[in-house]
Amino acid sequence: MAIKGAGRVKTPVLRIDNLVKSFDGSVVLNDISLTIGEGEVVVIIGPSGCGKSTLLRCVNGLEPVDSGEIYLRDARIDGQKKNLHLVRQKIGMVFQSYDLFPHMDVMDNLLLGPMRALGRTKQDATAEAEAALKRVGLSDKAHALPRQLSGGQKQRVAIVRATLMHPDILLLDEITAALDPEMVREVLSVVLDLAKDGMTMAIVTHEMRFAEAVADRILFMDGGSIVEEGKPKAFFASPETARARKFLNTFTYEELREGIPT
Amino acid sequence: MQGLGISVLFKGNNFLRLLGGLGVTLELSLVSIVLSIIFGMAFGLLMTLKNPVIRGFCRIYLETVRIVPQMVLLFLCYFGLAKAFNLQISGEAAAVAVFTFWGAGEMGDLVRGALTSIPRHQLESSAALGLTKKQTYRYVLIPQTLRRLIPQSINLATRMVKTTSLVMLIGIVEVLKVGQQIIEAARYDVPTAAIWIYGVVFALYFFICWPISLLASRLERKWQ
Repeated sequence: MAIKGAGRVKTPVLRIDNLVKSFDGSVVLNDISLTIGEGEVVVIIGPSGCGKSTLLRCVNGLEPVDSGEIYLRDARIDGQKKNLHLVRQKIGMVFQSYDLFPHMDVMDNLLLGPMRALGRTKQDATAEAEAALKRVGLSDKAHALPRQLSGGQKQRVAIVRATLMHPDILLLDEITAALDPEMVREVLSVVLDLAKDGMTMAIVTHEMRFAEAVADRILFMDGGSIVEEGKPKAFFASPETARARKFLNTFTYEELREGIPT
Repeated sequence: MQGLGISVLFKGNNFLRLLGGLGVTLELSLVSIVLSIIFGMAFGLLMTLKNPVIRGFCRIYLETVRIVPQMVLLFLCYFGLAKAFNLQISGEAAAVAVFTFWGAGEMGDLVRGALTSIPRHQLESSAALGLTKKQTYRYVLIPQTLRRLIPQSINLATRMVKTTSLVMLIGIVEVLKVGQQIIEAARYDVPTAAIWIYGVVFALYFFICWPISLLASRLERKWQ
């Protein structure tokens, strides 16, 4: 893993140029360009169906792109076929539905990637996994099966599983959308810790307060395009575009009650 | 010698003959089950393909296997083929052919069901970790498929053991047929032999199939 601020010429961790993606003829991502720097946390928000999840899925090759280019530290990664698994080893991803492997206990879930994909020894990988589990407060769950865990615990394990690969960038796709409010908190605090440790992240979320707390930069997407981009404080205090204002306003019930059109 | 019905069981080598019949039953079942698993795996994989011709063929095969009674298939194979093509096949061969034809269809459907029941997310999650396709199969897809498949296949195996009793109708002397012969031979001396002998046959089937069935439900609970 590169050391943050090592003094070389700063190349972005991730660069996306003019990305276009459509499903069955309808455009989902329309000419997206974006760079994410070392240690930067970019939070992508926007209404359902705006293309934010698809954007993350394109980055690690779960969806093929129509046109445009994606670079991970200067290496072009879109359209990779043969070495896609090598690219994905450097891009961590956590999904909404946890997706732990149900037939393995927590420790085996954590070891699968480091041992099989990276070829590390069991002893070595286990020591690191145990330390990582401890940091998220789940030391006692190492030998539990996923179905014995709460949603929040599963999601914390899923985050640890992704970070143990030491990815260049971590993609979090609505990781709290399926959780109770209490569990949202425990999961988000893990993500805040990662941000503090300098992990580069692209996060899709509906938790606006979390977005404001964790983000270095907010991207607001609508209709497959990045509509607005800004520092979190400024964006949430006074969004520039009417569309973003309308989106954020969706959350104030007073206006609904008073019949102000949103 | 009018006596207690159960005495028939211990007359001469009757009990050993019954066990011998049970051996025939188990041998037929075992061969058919092994062949069904092998062909069923292949058939199940075929069924997951998207090619419409292959799908259509699989559909017809599976429906045939499900709709036509095994006895009809047995008669068709043993008597029908023999007469029509002057093909002399042994009862055992006909039985194995029919049970494999049936078992491979059922097994194939179980394999297809188990394969397609693994959520797409599992594969994406494995891919996102950076595992290759081969590793994804080995560590994620196949273990989960087997966990779903094994209990159901064990249930299919018990159904096959039971259904082999039909082969007495094409002249194979298995456990039920042996029982019938013993009862026939004793019908003047011990008129109540039927309930005792068939009772023993009942118990033999029960003690063969029950543990297997228990194993299946235990595995099912364990693996959910």
